[in-house]
Amino acid sequence: MIRIITFLSTFLVFAFGSAYADPKKVGFIYIGPPGDHGWTYMHDVGRKYMESQLGDSITTTYLENIPENADAVRAIRKLADSGHDLIFTTSFNYMDQTHEVAKDFPDIKFEHATGYIQADNVATYSARFYEGRMIEGHIAGHMTETNTIGYIASFPIPEVVRGINAFYLAASKVNPDIKMKIIWVFTWYDPGKEADAANTLINQGADIIVQHTDTYAPCQAAQKAGVYAFGQASNQEEFCPDAHLTSIEDIWGPYYAERAKAVVDGTWSSGDTWDGMDKGMVVMSPYNTKLMPASLIQEAVNMEVGIKDGTIHPFTGPIYNQAGELVVPEGEVAPDGMLLGMNFYVQGIDGEVPQ
Amino acid sequence: MNSLFPSIVSRSQSSGLMNFFVPIISIVLTLITGSIIFVLLGFDPVYALYTFFISPISSTYGISELFVKATPLALIAIGLSYCFKNNIYNIGAEGQLTMGAIFGGGIGLLFHDTNAFWLLPLMIFAGAIGGALWGLIPAILKTKFNTNEILTSLMLVYVALFILDYLVVGPWKDPFGYSFPKSRPFSESGRMPLLFDGLRVHFGLIITLFLIFISWFIFSKTIFGFQLKVSGYSPKAARYAGFNQTTLVFFAFAICGAFAGIAGLAEVSGPIGLLYRDISPNYGFTAIIVAFLGRLHPIGIIFASLVIALTYLGAEDAQLFLQIPSAVGFIFQGLVLFYLLGAELLINYKLTYKKLL
Repeated sequence: MIRIITFLSTFLVFAFGSAYADPKKVGFIYIGPPGDHGWTYMHDVGRKYMESQLGDSITTTYLENIPENADAVRAIRKLADSGHDLIFTTSFNYMDQTHEVAKDFPDIKFEHATGYIQADNVATYSARFYEGRMIEGHIAGHMTETNTIGYIASFPIPEVVRGINAFYLAASKVNPDIKMKIIWVFTWYDPGKEADAANTLINQGADIIVQHTDTYAPCQAAQKAGVYAFGQASNQEEFCPDAHLTSIEDIWGPYYAERAKAVVDGTWSSGDTWDGMDKGMVVMSPYNTKLMPASLIQEAVNMEVGIKDGTIHPFTGPIYNQAGELVVPEGEVAPDGMLLGMNFYVQGIDGEVPQ
Repeated sequence: MNSLFPSIVSRSQSSGLMNFFVPIISIVLTLITGSIIFVLLGFDPVYALYTFFISPISSTYGISELFVKATPLALIAIGLSYCFKNNIYNIGAEGQLTMGAIFGGGIGLLFHDTNAFWLLPLMIFAGAIGGALWGLIPAILKTKFNTNEILTSLMLVYVALFILDYLVVGPWKDPFGYSFPKSRPFSESGRMPLLFDGLRVHFGLIITLFLIFISWFIFSKTIFGFQLKVSGYSPKAARYAGFNQTTLVFFAFAICGAFAGIAGLAEVSGPIGLLYRDISPNYGFTAIIVAFLGRLHPIGIIFASLVIALTYLGAEDAQLFLQIPSAVGFIFQGLVLFYLLGAELLINYKLTYKKLL
């Protein structure tokens, strides 16, 4: 008897369950418009991937151009009020605002990108972009002729400092003479400032431009000046094909799909996710075969494999800070705690982190 | 027989009736144009306008948010009207707002672990001082060196923003904030009290209404208000009457700066609670539209601030329910300003049909 009931109920669930279950609503808060490149674009690509994976079991909406101030609370609450079950806030500076709304809506799940505070219904997620920086550094060490790298940095936060260090450690390993020139532009998105910074760095002798900002302006400036560049967040090859070596791409889709699925299944739980190349959250754009020798491309690909299987770590000791103190002993790798709070340059980088 | 096309004739006296109707005409024209845009985009215009203008304020929370958004706009706009009435084009309210947030917020950070009744009043006072001092710079430059206040006040906006940048990246950075560019939070007594539980509308609204009332009194009942108006209409007449233009410029800038400074402080000690880089979504610039839409009149400014605030809220509902890009909100603001400037013609000119025969 019980088996019959079980069978019948299973049958009913399969036959009607999917038709009767309301689709879960997933909302996104974007700092900019999705556009065709950069940070928000990649989150939107992730959103669409999630839609394609989960089909009718979810619907998605987004609010774009939400400033990182008091307005963000209203926007996040608007999503919460309009029946969203899962809300992704895709910029660091939505942190306090996300928590402010989340505490009033305990049944709604929130996911805050690049944040460091969790709650029962607020998870955080970010990507190990520094793994890509290591590969960029390795390529730059081989490709530079002036031994000068121009690095356009956004804000002196651990993520950016970590990227600079990972890049330098790899670059100086293949080319000990390498020098880094770093310009802090204090913006994530400003084509004018980014292009100015790129031109300044090129005038100072940099023949490779690295950016931790969002637009393709630095890459185009590099192309104009006839030097190389790495793109950021999305594949920038189409904007500067003669300068672009590769880009670090942020691939959020699989994570978004997994988290949305967990909400659909009722298995979502809070936590902190920090994935890298092994999970496909950080991906290198196709290496430029016109500009890079095949052997170097092979080395970069091998490096990717090593990072994925854990045999290579960008922060493997011995690592010294600028004062010459050993911060990561030989044979060890930097613990996540050190990486998350990183606010110092490694030995060999000139200047200091703006304080 | 009359000519088909009207000709524009100057009025002997500006029309008080039109003064009242121009904002209404421009809003009606904006709604009509907006409907046409919605139709062209393939939306039912009635549903679209409902989504844009009614749905955001169909809940208590929505109405509270409308006031949260309108409060800084109205406060800055009423301050700007001291300048604009006197034909002083202070367009640097955004900088004065930022300086108010820095001064007032600085006090808040200094006493971040103090809980005392005097903290918030001190912060408000400091905010007013900060804004006023920042406003006085273009006033001095204008009166001493005859510089153009449009340029100087605008440039000082960016200076103020860079100072705030420097502070939150450097000395005022939260020591427990992983180097992110933001300050530590203010203490509980450094925050604007909320007027209702669970809603974000805060004490800044009361301050704003109070200052609007005071301004109404100054504009209509005091010699200072009269002087502002006269020297705005006719600087020569004002000089003959012995009004000191320099003093007026100083007062106008100081008051405007102080109001913008209080607005900035109210924003950081109200809904935000700490200092970071993007404290204002361009309130200082949007308030210029509010001031003109409200015809520089206290009551007009209150309504204008609500209308403009609504365009922000509406843009979010339009995205959510119609999937229209957020730029639609700016289109509405642009349309209002465009029609307002156009319809302004009707105040000092009238349309007449010439007799041909």
